Amino acid sequence: MPTLTLSHFAALTLFALFSSVIFGITLREEVKEQIRYGLFCFVCFLGGAIVAGWAMFLVNRR
Amino acid sequence: MASTKVSEPVSVQAAEKTGKANVVAVTGWLVPGAGYFLVRRWVRGTLVFVCIIAMFVLGLAMQGQLYGPNARDLLDLLGWIGDLSSGLLYWISRAVGWGAGNQFTVMGDYGTKFLVAAGLLNLLTASDARDIALGRKS
Repeated sequence: MPTLTLSHFAALTLFALFSSVIFGITLREEVKEQIRYGLFCFVCFLGGAIVAGWAMFLVNRR
Repeated sequence: MASTKVSEPVSVQAAEKTGKANVVAVTGWLVPGAGYFLVRRWVRGTLVFVCIIAMFVLGLAMQGQLYGPNARDLLDLLGWIGDLSSGLLYWISRAVGWGAGNQFTVMGDYGTKFLVAAGLLNLLTASDARDIALGRKS
């Protein structure tokens, strides 16, 4: 199996992308709702990680 | 002589429906997205197939670890359940010898999480396909 090295952000983005697609498909019924919920999950994944990253950075500075 | 059509009792029909739904769930567990194909949800099935397999392959490529059954460590056991949820992908990878893991790199740790998450998401989709087969969801 060839090995792959990604940046932390790239790994997070891929994880968020695939998980969001699955969440959208399984947790909503209408296609429009699925797309909207998938996008919401994707933004929450990325936004949550960025907020947590900044929080840890600020806590570490003190 | 006129033939008379005798309708099956409701309980028999329900049992058949449940049996079919269980087949859909097991198929969906073994092969990602296959449960959706059985209930004729082609787009959902294709998306699930691509996403789960991509996550699993990325996890292996990032040198993630596939857990084995280890009853002594609860976290290992939970990881194994997560990996096992990937169905045939898990058994094929174990048979080929992939998923040895590299615990000394951060990427290996991320890969392990990708593998477990792929399995758990696969279980979620198999359950969803079962619900569709039962008529609980459109």
